[in-house]
Amino acid sequence: MSIDKETIKHVAHLARIELQPNELEKLSGELHEILGFIDKLKYLNVEQVKPTSHILPISNILREDKPHVSLATEKALENAPSKKGNFFSVPKIIE
Amino acid sequence: MKYQTVIGLEVHLQLNTKTKAFCGCSTDFGKAPNSNVCPVCLGFPGTLPVYNRQALNSAIKLALAFGCQIQEHTKFDRKNYFYPDLPKNYQISQFDLPLSRNGYLDIYSQDGPKRIGITRVHLEEDAGKLIHETGVSLVDFNRTGIPLLEIVSEPDLNSPQEAFDYLTSLKSIIEYLDVSDCDMEKGSLRCDANISLRLCGAGELGVKTELKNMNSFKGVKDALTFEVERQTRLLEASQKMIQETRLWDVEKGATIAMRTKEGAKDYRYFPDPDLTVFIIDQSMVSHIKAQLPELPREKMRRFVKEYGLTEYDAKILVSSKNDAEFAESCIQDYPGKDKKEMVNWLIGPLLSEANLRKRKLHELNLDKNELISLIGFVGRQDISHLSAKSVLSQLIDTGKSARDLIQEGNLQQISNADALLEVIETVIQENAKSVSDFKAGKTNALMYLVGQVMKKSSGKANPKVVGELIRRRLADA
Repeated sequence: MSIDKETIKHVAHLARIELQPNELEKLSGELHEILGFIDKLKYLNVEQVKPTSHILPISNILREDKPHVSLATEKALENAPSKKGNFFSVPKIIE
Repeated sequence: MKYQTVIGLEVHLQLNTKTKAFCGCSTDFGKAPNSNVCPVCLGFPGTLPVYNRQALNSAIKLALAFGCQIQEHTKFDRKNYFYPDLPKNYQISQFDLPLSRNGYLDIYSQDGPKRIGITRVHLEEDAGKLIHETGVSLVDFNRTGIPLLEIVSEPDLNSPQEAFDYLTSLKSIIEYLDVSDCDMEKGSLRCDANISLRLCGAGELGVKTELKNMNSFKGVKDALTFEVERQTRLLEASQKMIQETRLWDVEKGATIAMRTKEGAKDYRYFPDPDLTVFIIDQSMVSHIKAQLPELPREKMRRFVKEYGLTEYDAKILVSSKNDAEFAESCIQDYPGKDKKEMVNWLIGPLLSEANLRKRKLHELNLDKNELISLIGFVGRQDISHLSAKSVLSQLIDTGKSARDLIQEGNLQQISNADALLEVIETVIQENAKSVSDFKAGKTNALMYLVGQVMKKSSGKANPKVVGELIRRRLADA
């Protein structure tokens, strides 16, 4: 599978990463190699192998429905780049 | 009908757990903005989510109530997108291995029952709330991370009314399960709809529209009705339909196309490495199944069988769990084997009183013993049915006893012929036209005359006795 620049641009946009023209070139090569590596799976018989969704052999980790003490609002907003009253404030989202 | 309407609904339901899905923050509604938040639900790096046991139990309960198959192996996935109401830049949801699939829900229409398929019920988390002001959007993360279920129906619904019935039925069952408030106004139940039209008999589905922003069941029905008309017009004009998302505008009573970026929906789902898989074995399923309450349909059948109700009456009474419980206790305590009289009072006068007050039956705080006593007075012909209805209204408003209200209102029914004859005589004098009509064979005229006597006696006359007396009096003449 070849990765053209448009695909890289698309993926970069989805991840909100800004790339310079030279990085586009570089990443398209690197991603190509990575996908080529993963393509090796095509040559293996994995019919009997279940897809791994978690690397640890543990399951059903749950917590009880008991409230904990939440953060104080000032604390929660402390690192916000922008706030207004008790709210986080962001550039206007237009639907 | 030239076109067939095809509708599928997607319901998002907030579970009524005390705490959020992946952290111990409270789910209390209406708290000060950003007060129910912590590093986990704010998406701080390095924090680890752990799922709520109660949420999983409720989800399985609900899935079982809809006849879904619980998947033995289920996991959480990340749905990636950027939006300010989503602090992690992904929503924890389920993709290829949802909690459950292949359920159904029966709706009842004039044409009888219809089975609507439920494709899947899966677990996810809610996003925050945005408030738009001039120049900025404000974010409140209190709602972020509240456990949600997404309930996806098959495109089995063929009219806006069926969609409405599906939602009503869904809500009724969820109320019975007590797993959610189901309050659309508070946003604990939200519904999006997919709708398309196709020529009747066509195999392929038409181009669909996704409808959002409906804030009530009626809103869903209205938006769908609008869409049926809009799409019909387009198809009739041979215009090309485009797949789009439209928002329901209550004020305008119209759906409006939402601006979206082409190809923006690229969520790149992948398994969430922060959460382990869930193995839901048979013993867990049967344990939860054993806790399922009697559901509306079963209750309806039992009411029909045990108390001799008609299916129609039973259906009205079971639609709300609390109402059904109130009704059943009234029916049980009502003396005698024949419960018809009590049932008639419940779904007749009492339900009207409730509707008038925009309340549910059980919210009227009516003492069932007073209702039973009131029906007794009517049965013994101590008061007229008409007077009894007004006593019922006062019972609800004042909390006094039926006996006291009847005495205070001087409502004892007059069945004594001597006491009635004078009034009857006056009515006959005043309504010569009706009298001659009656003599000419118009039986309706008698009803009118009885009505006049009732009026003059302030509803206290016994209509049966009055009818008989008038008949006799006019036969004599």
